[in-house]
Amino acid sequence: MNNKIDVRNFNFYYGDFQALDNINLAIREKQITALIGPSGCGKSTFLRSLNRMNDEIASARAEGEVLLDGKNIYADGVDVVELRQHIGMVFQRPNPFPQSIYDNVAFGPRVLGQARKNTLDDIVVQSLQDAALWDEVEHRLHNSALDLNPGQQQRLCIARAIAVKPDVILMDEPCSALDPVATLSVEDLMHRLAETYTIVIVTHNMQQAARASHYTAFFWLGKLIEFQETRKLFMSPQEELTESYISGRRG
Amino acid sequence: MTRQNMNKLMIGMVSLVATIVVIPIVLVIIYVVYNGIGAINWEFLTAAPRNGMREGGIMPALLGTVFLTFGTAIVSFPLAIAAAIYLAEYAGDNMLTRWVRLAIVNLAGIPSIVYGLFGLGAFVLFWNLGTSIIAGSLTLGVLTLPVVISTAEEAILSVPQSFRTVSLSLGASRWQTIRHQVLPHAMPGIITGIILGLGRAAGETAPILFTVAAFYLPELPKSIFDQTMALPYHLYVISTQVPDMPLSNQYGTALVLLMIVFSMTLVATVIRTNMRRRREW
Repeated sequence: MNNKIDVRNFNFYYGDFQALDNINLAIREKQITALIGPSGCGKSTFLRSLNRMNDEIASARAEGEVLLDGKNIYADGVDVVELRQHIGMVFQRPNPFPQSIYDNVAFGPRVLGQARKNTLDDIVVQSLQDAALWDEVEHRLHNSALDLNPGQQQRLCIARAIAVKPDVILMDEPCSALDPVATLSVEDLMHRLAETYTIVIVTHNMQQAARASHYTAFFWLGKLIEFQETRKLFMSPQEELTESYISGRRG
Repeated sequence: MTRQNMNKLMIGMVSLVATIVVIPIVLVIIYVVYNGIGAINWEFLTAAPRNGMREGGIMPALLGTVFLTFGTAIVSFPLAIAAAIYLAEYAGDNMLTRWVRLAIVNLAGIPSIVYGLFGLGAFVLFWNLGTSIIAGSLTLGVLTLPVVISTAEEAILSVPQSFRTVSLSLGASRWQTIRHQVLPHAMPGIITGIILGLGRAAGETAPILFTVAAFYLPELPKSIFDQTMALPYHLYVISTQVPDMPLSNQYGTALVLLMIVFSMTLVATVIRTNMRRRREW
Protein backbone atom coordinates (compact mmCIF):
# COMPACT_ATOMS: atom_id res chain seq x y z
CA MET A 1 0.00 0.00 0.00
CA ASN A 2 1.28 3.43 -0.93
CA ASN A 3 2.02 6.23 1.47
CA LYS A 4 -0.09 9.18 0.46
CA ILE A 5 1.42 11.51 3.03
CA ASP A 6 4.81 11.08 4.62
CA VAL A 7 5.59 13.25 7.61
CA ARG A 8 9.27 13.47 8.51
CA ASN A 9 10.91 15.06 11.55
CA PHE A 10 8.07 17.53 11.80
CA ASN A 11 8.07 20.21 14.51
CA PHE A 12 5.50 22.91 14.95
CA TYR A 13 5.56 26.04 17.09
CA TYR A 14 3.07 28.70 18.16
CA GLY A 15 5.49 31.48 19.07
CA ASP A 16 7.74 29.92 21.72
CA PHE A 17 5.38 27.06 22.45
CA GLN A 18 6.28 23.81 20.75
CA ALA A 19 3.00 22.15 19.80
CA LEU A 20 4.44 19.21 17.85
CA ASP A 21 7.70 17.47 18.65
CA ASN A 22 9.51 15.53 15.94
CA ILE A 23 6.58 13.72 14.35
CA ASN A 24 7.25 10.89 11.92
CA LEU A 25 4.20 9.30 10.42
CA ALA A 26 3.10 7.77 7.14
CA ILE A 27 -0.52 8.02 6.04
CA ARG A 28 -1.60 5.22 3.72
CA GLU A 29 -3.50 5.90 0.56
CA LYS A 30 -7.26 5.23 0.58
CA GLN A 31 -7.26 4.30 4.24
CA ILE A 32 -8.81 6.04 7.23
CA THR A 33 -6.25 7.22 9.75
CA ALA A 34 -7.56 8.37 13.12
CA LEU A 35 -5.67 10.78 15.37
CA ILE A 36 -6.51 10.41 19.04
CA GLY A 37 -5.26 11.91 22.27
CA PRO A 38 -6.38 14.28 25.01
CA SER A 39 -7.24 17.95 24.39
CA GLY A 40 -4.17 20.02 23.62
CA CYS A 41 -2.05 17.04 22.59
CA GLY A 42 -1.43 18.49 19.13
CA LYS A 43 -3.65 16.25 17.04
CA SER A 44 -5.68 19.14 15.57
CA THR A 45 -2.52 21.15 15.00
CA PHE A 46 -1.08 18.14 13.19
CA LEU A 47 -4.21 17.82 11.05
CA ARG A 48 -4.10 21.48 10.10
CA SER A 49 -0.43 21.21 9.20
CA LEU A 50 -1.36 18.79 6.45
CA ASN A 51 -3.17 21.44 4.39
CA ARG A 52 -1.20 24.33 5.88
CA MET A 53 -4.30 25.91 7.45
CA ASN A 54 -2.00 26.83 10.34
CA ASP A 55 -0.36 29.34 7.99
CA GLU A 56 -3.29 31.60 8.83
CA ILE A 57 -1.98 31.96 12.40
CA ALA A 58 0.62 34.71 12.51
CA SER A 59 2.95 33.27 15.15
CA ALA A 60 2.94 29.73 13.76
CA ARG A 61 6.12 28.14 12.44
CA ALA A 62 6.81 24.69 11.00
CA GLU A 63 10.02 22.67 10.67
CA GLY A 64 10.60 19.41 8.87
CA GLU A 65 8.86 17.86 5.90
CA VAL A 66 5.38 16.81 4.94
CA LEU A 67 5.53 14.89 1.68
CA LEU A 68 2.31 14.68 -0.31
CA ASP A 69 2.88 12.15 -3.11
CA GLY A 70 6.59 12.58 -2.50
CA LYS A 71 6.62 16.38 -2.70
CA ASN A 72 7.28 18.48 0.37
CA ILE A 73 4.31 20.84 0.89
CA TYR A 74 6.48 23.08 3.07
CA ALA A 75 9.11 23.56 0.37
CA ASP A 76 9.74 27.08 -0.92
CA GLY A 77 7.51 28.11 -3.77
CA VAL A 78 4.65 25.74 -2.96
CA ASP A 79 1.32 27.34 -3.86
CA VAL A 80 -0.76 26.93 -0.71
CA VAL A 81 -3.98 27.77 -2.53
CA GLU A 82 -3.33 25.01 -5.05
CA LEU A 83 -2.29 22.60 -2.30
CA ARG A 84 -5.65 23.01 -0.61
CA GLN A 85 -7.44 21.91 -3.76
CA HIS A 86 -5.82 18.51 -3.23
CA ILE A 87 -6.51 18.32 0.48
CA GLY A 88 -10.09 19.03 1.51
CA MET A 89 -11.23 19.68 5.04
CA VAL A 90 -14.34 19.08 7.13
CA PHE A 91 -14.67 20.96 10.38
CA GLN A 92 -15.87 20.32 13.88
CA ARG A 93 -19.12 22.22 13.66
CA PRO A 94 -21.18 21.89 10.50
CA ASN A 95 -20.50 25.21 8.83
CA PRO A 96 -22.33 25.57 5.54
CA PHE A 97 -22.32 29.02 3.99
CA PRO A 98 -25.65 30.84 4.47
CA GLN A 99 -26.49 30.15 0.85
CA SER A 100 -28.42 27.53 -1.05
CA ILE A 101 -27.43 23.88 -0.95
CA TYR A 102 -26.46 24.12 -4.61
CA ASP A 103 -24.28 27.20 -4.11
CA ASN A 104 -22.50 25.60 -1.17
CA VAL A 105 -21.42 22.62 -3.24
CA ALA A 106 -20.69 24.70 -6.32
CA PHE A 107 -18.54 27.23 -4.45
CA GLY A 108 -15.29 25.28 -4.71
CA PRO A 109 -15.55 24.41 -8.40
CA ARG A 110 -16.59 28.00 -9.15
CA VAL A 111 -13.57 29.60 -7.49
CA LEU A 112 -11.40 27.13 -9.37
CA GLY A 113 -12.79 28.58 -12.57
CA GLN A 114 -15.59 26.19 -13.49
CA ALA A 115 -18.33 28.39 -14.90
CA ARG A 116 -20.30 26.08 -17.22
CA LYS A 117 -23.73 25.47 -15.81
CA ASN A 118 -24.03 21.89 -17.08
CA THR A 119 -20.68 20.89 -15.64
CA LEU A 120 -21.49 22.55 -12.33
CA ASP A 121 -24.87 20.77 -12.21
CA ASP A 122 -23.13 17.44 -12.76
CA ILE A 123 -20.55 18.13 -10.07
CA VAL A 124 -23.21 19.16 -7.57
CA VAL A 125 -25.34 16.06 -8.20
CA GLN A 126 -22.34 13.73 -8.10
CA SER A 127 -20.92 15.28 -4.92
CA LEU A 128 -24.26 15.14 -3.12
CA GLN A 129 -24.70 11.51 -4.17
CA ASP A 130 -21.20 10.65 -2.99
CA ALA A 131 -21.95 12.35 0.33
CA ALA A 132 -25.15 10.30 0.71
CA LEU A 133 -27.26 13.43 0.84
CA TRP A 134 -28.80 13.51 -2.62
CA ASP A 135 -32.00 11.62 -1.80
CA GLU A 136 -32.78 14.03 1.03
CA VAL A 137 -32.20 17.26 -0.88
CA GLU A 138 -32.78 16.59 -4.56
CA HIS A 139 -36.03 18.58 -4.58
CA ARG A 140 -34.73 21.54 -2.63
CA LEU A 141 -31.29 22.26 -4.02
CA HIS A 142 -32.02 25.97 -4.03
CA ASN A 143 -33.24 26.18 -0.44
CA SER A 144 -30.96 27.55 2.22
CA ALA A 145 -28.41 25.08 3.53
CA LEU A 146 -29.18 26.33 7.03
CA ASP A 147 -32.61 24.67 6.88
CA LEU A 148 -30.94 21.23 6.99
CA ASN A 149 -30.46 19.40 10.28
CA PRO A 150 -26.93 19.22 11.73
CA GLY A 151 -26.23 15.74 10.38
CA GLN A 152 -27.35 16.76 6.90
CA GLN A 153 -25.33 19.96 7.17
CA GLN A 154 -22.20 18.00 7.97
CA ARG A 155 -22.76 15.70 5.00
CA LEU A 156 -23.29 18.84 2.91
CA CYS A 157 -19.91 20.09 4.12
CA ILE A 158 -18.41 16.78 3.03
CA ALA A 159 -20.11 17.14 -0.37
CA ARG A 160 -18.71 20.66 -0.61
CA ALA A 161 -15.22 19.37 0.16
CA ILE A 162 -15.32 16.53 -2.39
CA ALA A 163 -16.75 18.81 -5.09
CA VAL A 164 -13.23 20.12 -5.74
CA LYS A 165 -12.04 16.51 -6.19
CA PRO A 166 -9.32 16.39 -3.57
CA ASP A 167 -7.14 13.30 -2.96
CA VAL A 168 -7.18 13.64 0.81
CA ILE A 169 -9.97 14.66 3.19
CA LEU A 170 -9.07 15.95 6.63
CA MET A 171 -11.80 15.75 9.24
CA ASP A 172 -11.50 17.65 12.48
CA GLU A 173 -13.83 15.96 14.98
CA PRO A 174 -16.59 15.90 12.36
CA CYS A 175 -19.13 14.22 14.61
CA SER A 176 -18.64 16.05 17.88
CA ALA A 177 -21.67 18.27 17.26
CA LEU A 178 -23.87 15.43 16.01
CA ASP A 179 -26.23 13.01 17.71
CA PRO A 180 -25.46 9.25 17.63
CA VAL A 181 -27.65 8.52 14.61
CA ALA A 182 -26.11 11.31 12.55
CA THR A 183 -22.68 10.21 13.76
CA LEU A 184 -23.23 6.70 12.43
CA SER A 185 -24.37 8.00 9.08
CA VAL A 186 -21.20 10.10 8.78
CA GLU A 187 -19.07 7.09 9.76
CA ASP A 188 -20.81 4.93 7.13
CA LEU A 189 -20.11 7.66 4.64
CA MET A 190 -16.43 7.77 5.61
CA HIS A 191 -16.09 4.08 4.84
CA ARG A 192 -17.53 4.54 1.39
CA LEU A 193 -15.39 7.60 0.75
CA ALA A 194 -12.25 5.66 1.72
CA GLU A 195 -12.62 3.70 -1.52
CA THR A 196 -11.71 6.89 -3.35
CA TYR A 197 -10.08 9.21 -0.86
CA THR A 198 -7.41 9.13 1.80
CA ILE A 199 -9.04 10.20 5.05
CA VAL A 200 -7.44 11.59 8.19
CA ILE A 201 -9.80 12.14 11.10
CA VAL A 202 -9.23 13.74 14.48
CA THR A 203 -11.55 12.36 17.09
CA HIS A 204 -12.11 12.68 20.79
CA ASN A 205 -14.14 9.57 20.76
CA MET A 206 -12.04 6.41 21.08
CA GLN A 207 -14.96 4.15 20.15
CA GLN A 208 -15.20 6.10 16.93
CA ALA A 209 -11.50 5.62 16.21
CA ALA A 210 -11.82 1.92 16.97
CA ARG A 211 -14.98 1.54 14.84
CA ALA A 212 -14.22 3.71 11.90
CA SER A 213 -10.48 3.77 11.16
CA HIS A 214 -7.85 1.48 9.69
CA TYR A 215 -4.90 3.12 11.40
CA THR A 216 -4.68 5.07 14.63
CA ALA A 217 -2.08 7.52 15.83
CA PHE A 218 -1.96 8.38 19.53
CA PHE A 219 -0.65 11.83 20.44
CA TRP A 220 0.39 12.96 23.89
CA LEU A 221 1.79 16.40 24.77
CA GLY A 222 2.86 17.14 21.22
CA LYS A 223 4.55 13.77 20.66
CA LEU A 224 3.42 10.86 18.56
CA ILE A 225 3.43 8.04 21.10
CA GLU A 226 2.21 5.17 18.99
CA PHE A 227 1.05 4.56 15.45
CA GLN A 228 -0.46 1.22 14.53
CA GLU A 229 -3.18 -0.55 12.71
CA THR A 230 -6.25 0.38 14.69
CA ARG A 231 -6.98 -3.16 15.75
CA LYS A 232 -3.47 -3.65 17.08
CA LEU A 233 -3.37 -0.32 18.85
CA PHE A 234 -6.54 -1.01 20.75
CA MET A 235 -6.01 -4.74 21.36
CA SER A 236 -2.32 -4.83 22.15
CA PRO A 237 -0.79 -1.39 22.53
CA GLN A 238 3.00 -1.41 22.62
CA GLU A 239 3.37 1.66 24.84
CA GLU A 240 2.27 1.85 28.42
CA LEU A 241 1.00 5.42 27.92
CA THR A 242 -1.24 4.27 25.06
CA GLU A 243 -2.62 1.47 27.15
CA SER A 244 -3.43 3.67 30.11
CA TYR A 245 -5.07 6.27 27.84
CA ILE A 246 -7.28 3.92 25.86
CA SER A 247 -8.31 2.11 28.99
CA GLY A 248 -9.36 5.40 30.50
CA ARG A 249 -6.82 5.54 33.29
CA ARG A 250 -5.17 8.60 31.85
CA GLY A 251 -6.25 11.63 29.86
CA MET B 1 -33.17 53.84 53.37
CA THR B 2 -33.54 50.18 52.49
CA ARG B 3 -31.58 48.62 49.67
CA GLN B 4 -34.79 48.10 47.74
CA ASN B 5 -35.81 51.73 47.97
CA MET B 6 -32.29 52.88 47.09
CA ASN B 7 -32.52 50.62 44.05
CA LYS B 8 -35.81 52.21 42.93
CA LEU B 9 -34.44 55.67 43.51
CA MET B 10 -31.34 55.07 41.42
CA ILE B 11 -33.28 53.48 38.56
CA GLY B 12 -35.61 56.46 38.61
CA MET B 13 -32.74 58.91 38.62
CA VAL B 14 -30.76 57.45 35.75
CA SER B 15 -33.94 57.10 33.69
CA LEU B 16 -34.77 60.73 34.35
CA VAL B 17 -31.29 61.93 33.45
CA ALA B 18 -31.25 59.75 30.34
CA THR B 19 -34.43 61.38 29.07
CA ILE B 20 -32.67 64.72 29.28
CA VAL B 21 -30.53 63.51 26.37
CA VAL B 22 -33.63 63.25 24.22
CA ILE B 23 -34.94 66.72 25.04
CA PRO B 24 -32.54 68.87 22.98
CA ILE B 25 -33.00 66.88 19.79
CA VAL B 26 -36.78 66.94 20.16
CA LEU B 27 -36.75 70.67 20.90
CA VAL B 28 -34.51 71.43 17.91
CA ILE B 29 -36.82 69.52 15.60
CA ILE B 30 -39.98 71.11 16.99
CA TYR B 31 -38.46 74.56 16.85
CA VAL B 32 -37.16 74.26 13.29
CA VAL B 33 -40.36 72.63 12.02
CA TYR B 34 -42.56 75.20 13.76
CA ASN B 35 -40.65 78.14 12.31
CA GLY B 36 -39.78 76.67 8.94
CA ILE B 37 -42.79 74.69 7.78
CA GLY B 38 -44.56 77.85 6.61
CA ALA B 39 -41.79 78.60 4.11
CA ILE B 40 -41.90 75.20 2.45
CA ASN B 41 -43.86 75.13 -0.77
CA TRP B 42 -43.30 74.05 -4.34
CA GLU B 43 -41.66 77.30 -5.34
CA PHE B 44 -39.30 77.23 -2.36
CA LEU B 45 -38.00 73.84 -3.42
CA THR B 46 -37.87 74.38 -7.18
CA ALA B 47 -37.02 78.04 -7.80
CA ALA B 48 -33.71 79.87 -7.70
CA PRO B 49 -33.29 82.61 -5.09
CA ARG B 50 -34.25 86.13 -6.17
CA ASN B 51 -33.94 89.68 -4.87
CA GLY B 52 -30.66 89.17 -2.99
CA MET B 53 -31.87 85.73 -1.88
CA ARG B 54 -34.72 87.26 0.10
CA GLU B 55 -37.29 85.72 -2.22
CA GLY B 56 -37.59 82.69 -4.45
CA GLY B 57 -36.34 79.27 -3.43
CA ILE B 58 -33.35 77.16 -2.66
CA MET B 59 -33.26 74.83 -5.66
CA PRO B 60 -29.60 75.47 -6.68
CA ALA B 61 -28.39 74.94 -3.11
CA LEU B 62 -30.54 71.83 -2.70
CA LEU B 63 -29.28 70.26 -5.93
CA GLY B 64 -25.74 71.37 -5.11
CA THR B 65 -25.90 69.43 -1.88
CA VAL B 66 -27.26 66.41 -3.74
CA PHE B 67 -24.37 66.61 -6.26
CA LEU B 68 -21.84 66.98 -3.47
CA THR B 69 -23.29 64.01 -1.62
CA PHE B 70 -22.97 61.83 -4.70
CA GLY B 71 -19.47 63.11 -5.33
CA THR B 72 -18.51 62.37 -1.75
CA ALA B 73 -19.87 58.85 -2.08
CA ILE B 74 -17.85 58.24 -5.23
CA VAL B 75 -14.65 59.44 -3.53
CA SER B 76 -15.24 57.81 -0.18
CA PHE B 77 -16.66 54.40 -1.16
CA PRO B 78 -13.66 52.82 -2.92
CA LEU B 79 -11.07 54.35 -0.59
CA ALA B 80 -12.91 53.35 2.56
CA ILE B 81 -13.68 49.81 1.37
CA ALA B 82 -10.07 49.27 0.33
CA ALA B 83 -8.80 50.58 3.66
CA ALA B 84 -11.33 48.52 5.62
CA ILE B 85 -10.47 45.34 3.69
CA TYR B 86 -6.79 45.97 4.32
CA LEU B 87 -7.31 46.56 8.03
CA ALA B 88 -9.73 43.72 8.59
CA GLU B 89 -8.26 41.05 6.31
CA TYR B 90 -4.63 41.68 5.48
CA ALA B 91 -3.07 43.94 8.09
CA GLY B 92 -0.64 42.20 10.38
CA ASP B 93 -0.05 43.39 13.89
CA ASN B 94 2.78 45.68 12.89
CA MET B 95 3.93 49.30 13.00
CA LEU B 96 2.24 50.24 9.73
CA THR B 97 -1.14 48.98 10.89
CA ARG B 98 -0.84 50.81 14.20
CA TRP B 99 0.01 54.02 12.39
CA VAL B 100 -2.92 53.62 10.00
CA ARG B 101 -5.29 53.08 12.92
CA LEU B 102 -3.87 56.03 14.81
CA ALA B 103 -4.28 58.16 11.70
CA ILE B 104 -7.92 57.17 11.32
CA VAL B 105 -8.71 57.96 14.95
CA ASN B 106 -7.04 61.33 14.62
CA LEU B 107 -8.66 62.10 11.28
CA ALA B 108 -11.98 61.72 13.06
CA GLY B 109 -10.92 64.34 15.58
CA ILE B 110 -9.79 67.04 13.16
CA PRO B 111 -12.04 70.12 13.18
CA SER B 112 -13.97 70.44 9.94
CA ILE B 113 -12.58 73.90 9.16
CA VAL B 114 -9.13 72.30 9.01
CA TYR B 115 -10.47 69.90 6.37
CA GLY B 116 -11.67 72.97 4.50
CA LEU B 117 -8.23 74.56 4.57
CA PHE B 118 -6.62 71.25 3.61
CA GLY B 119 -9.02 70.96 0.67
CA LEU B 120 -8.18 74.50 -0.38
CA GLY B 121 -4.45 73.82 -0.25
CA ALA B 122 -4.42 70.32 -1.71
CA PHE B 123 -7.28 70.10 -4.19
CA VAL B 124 -8.18 73.68 -5.12
CA LEU B 125 -4.66 75.10 -5.38
CA PHE B 126 -2.08 72.32 -5.60
CA TRP B 127 -4.10 70.02 -7.89
CA ASN B 128 -5.39 73.14 -9.55
CA LEU B 129 -9.01 71.95 -9.55
CA GLY B 130 -10.27 75.41 -8.58
CA THR B 131 -13.27 75.87 -6.35
CA SER B 132 -15.37 73.14 -7.87
CA ILE B 133 -17.71 70.25 -7.14
CA ILE B 134 -14.82 67.84 -7.56
CA ALA B 135 -12.62 69.71 -5.06
CA GLY B 136 -15.51 69.86 -2.59
CA SER B 137 -16.34 66.19 -3.06
CA LEU B 138 -12.73 65.20 -2.47
CA THR B 139 -12.59 67.29 0.70
CA LEU B 140 -15.85 65.88 2.03
CA GLY B 141 -14.73 62.41 0.97
CA VAL B 142 -11.63 62.68 3.15
CA LEU B 143 -13.77 64.01 5.99
CA THR B 144 -16.07 60.99 5.87
CA LEU B 145 -13.26 58.41 5.62
CA PRO B 146 -12.80 57.73 9.37
CA VAL B 147 -16.44 56.92 10.10
CA VAL B 148 -16.90 54.94 6.89
CA ILE B 149 -13.68 52.96 7.35
CA SER B 150 -14.52 52.15 10.97
CA THR B 151 -18.05 50.95 10.24
CA ALA B 152 -16.92 49.05 7.15
CA GLU B 153 -14.14 47.33 9.09
CA GLU B 154 -16.58 46.40 11.82
CA ALA B 155 -18.97 44.98 9.23
CA ILE B 156 -16.19 42.91 7.66
CA LEU B 157 -14.98 41.62 11.02
CA SER B 158 -18.50 40.60 11.99
CA VAL B 159 -18.55 38.01 9.19
CA PRO B 160 -17.87 34.69 10.97
CA GLN B 161 -14.29 33.45 10.75
CA SER B 162 -15.51 30.01 9.72
CA PHE B 163 -16.64 31.36 6.32
CA ARG B 164 -13.06 32.38 5.60
CA THR B 165 -11.55 29.15 6.92
CA VAL B 166 -13.90 26.99 4.86
CA SER B 167 -13.41 29.05 1.74
CA LEU B 168 -9.60 28.85 2.02
CA SER B 169 -9.77 25.12 2.73
CA LEU B 170 -11.67 24.68 -0.55
CA GLY B 171 -8.78 26.15 -2.49
CA ALA B 172 -10.13 29.69 -2.84
CA SER B 173 -7.50 32.41 -2.79
CA ARG B 174 -7.51 35.08 -0.14
CA TRP B 175 -9.06 37.56 -2.53
CA GLN B 176 -11.71 35.11 -3.77
CA THR B 177 -12.61 34.45 -0.15
CA ILE B 178 -13.03 38.16 0.52
CA ARG B 179 -14.85 38.78 -2.73
CA HIS B 180 -17.30 35.87 -2.55
CA GLN B 181 -17.75 35.05 1.14
CA VAL B 182 -16.83 38.14 3.15
CA LEU B 183 -17.91 41.23 1.22
CA PRO B 184 -21.41 40.00 0.28
CA HIS B 185 -22.22 39.44 3.94
CA ALA B 186 -20.54 42.65 5.05
CA MET B 187 -22.10 44.83 2.38
CA PRO B 188 -25.24 45.98 4.24
CA GLY B 189 -23.06 47.09 7.14
CA ILE B 190 -20.66 48.87 4.81
CA ILE B 191 -23.52 50.66 3.07
CA THR B 192 -24.91 51.72 6.44
CA GLY B 193 -21.53 53.27 7.27
CA ILE B 194 -21.36 55.09 3.95
CA ILE B 195 -24.82 56.59 4.40
CA LEU B 196 -24.01 57.74 7.93
CA GLY B 197 -20.82 59.34 6.62
CA LEU B 198 -22.72 61.01 3.79
CA GLY B 199 -25.30 62.31 6.22
CA ARG B 200 -22.53 64.05 8.07
CA ALA B 201 -20.95 65.34 4.86
CA ALA B 202 -24.25 66.74 3.58
CA GLY B 203 -24.58 68.97 6.63
CA GLU B 204 -21.01 70.26 6.81
CA THR B 205 -20.29 73.91 6.07
CA ALA B 206 -16.65 74.54 6.83
CA PRO B 207 -15.12 71.98 4.44
CA ILE B 208 -17.04 73.36 1.46
CA LEU B 209 -16.46 77.00 2.35
CA PHE B 210 -13.22 77.36 0.40
CA THR B 211 -13.50 74.39 -1.90
CA VAL B 212 -16.81 74.54 -3.74
CA ALA B 213 -19.58 76.62 -2.22
CA ALA B 214 -20.77 79.70 -4.08
CA PHE B 215 -22.23 82.66 -2.18
CA TYR B 216 -24.86 83.30 -4.78
CA LEU B 217 -25.08 81.36 -8.04
CA PRO B 218 -28.60 80.92 -9.30
CA GLU B 219 -27.60 78.78 -12.31
CA LEU B 220 -26.94 75.08 -11.95
CA PRO B 221 -23.36 73.85 -12.43
CA LYS B 222 -22.55 72.54 -15.92
CA SER B 223 -19.73 70.21 -14.95
CA ILE B 224 -17.91 68.88 -11.94
CA PHE B 225 -15.37 71.66 -12.40
CA ASP B 226 -17.96 74.36 -11.63
CA GLN B 227 -18.82 75.91 -8.32
CA THR B 228 -22.23 75.30 -6.86
CA MET B 229 -24.36 76.57 -4.04
CA ALA B 230 -24.88 74.16 -1.16
CA LEU B 231 -27.52 74.06 1.56
CA PRO B 232 -25.36 74.40 4.70
CA TYR B 233 -23.39 77.31 3.31
CA HIS B 234 -26.52 78.92 1.89
CA LEU B 235 -28.07 78.70 5.34
CA TYR B 236 -25.01 80.34 6.86
CA VAL B 237 -25.09 83.08 4.23
CA ILE B 238 -28.77 83.94 4.56
CA SER B 239 -28.52 83.82 8.36
CA THR B 240 -25.53 86.10 8.74
CA GLN B 241 -24.69 87.94 5.51
CA VAL B 242 -27.97 89.20 4.13
CA PRO B 243 -29.72 92.11 5.87
CA ASP B 244 -33.54 92.03 6.15
CA MET B 245 -33.68 88.33 5.39
CA PRO B 246 -37.12 86.89 6.20
CA LEU B 247 -36.76 84.51 9.18
CA SER B 248 -39.07 81.92 7.64
CA ASN B 249 -36.65 81.48 4.73
CA GLN B 250 -33.82 80.71 7.12
CA TYR B 251 -35.85 78.18 9.07
CA GLY B 252 -37.26 76.70 5.88
CA THR B 253 -33.73 76.11 4.61
CA ALA B 254 -32.69 74.65 7.95
CA LEU B 255 -35.71 72.34 7.87
CA VAL B 256 -34.86 71.02 4.40
CA LEU B 257 -31.25 70.38 5.43
CA LEU B 258 -32.38 68.66 8.60
CA MET B 259 -34.78 66.46 6.67
CA ILE B 260 -32.06 65.40 4.22
CA VAL B 261 -29.69 64.41 7.01
CA PHE B 262 -32.41 62.68 9.04
CA SER B 263 -33.74 60.72 6.13
CA MET B 264 -30.24 59.44 5.39
CA THR B 265 -29.78 58.34 8.98
CA LEU B 266 -33.20 56.73 8.82
CA VAL B 267 -32.33 54.80 5.67
CA ALA B 268 -29.08 53.64 7.31
CA THR B 269 -30.97 52.47 10.38
CA VAL B 270 -33.56 50.64 8.30
CA ILE B 271 -30.85 48.83 6.34
CA ARG B 272 -29.06 47.85 9.51
CA THR B 273 -32.19 46.60 11.27
CA ASN B 274 -33.23 44.70 8.20
CA MET B 275 -29.80 43.13 7.93
CA ARG B 276 -29.79 42.06 11.57
CA ARG B 277 -33.18 40.48 11.17
CA ARG B 278 -32.20 38.59 8.02
CA ARG B 279 -28.84 37.45 9.31
CA GLU B 280 -28.92 33.68 9.63
CA TRP B 281 -25.72 32.78 11.40
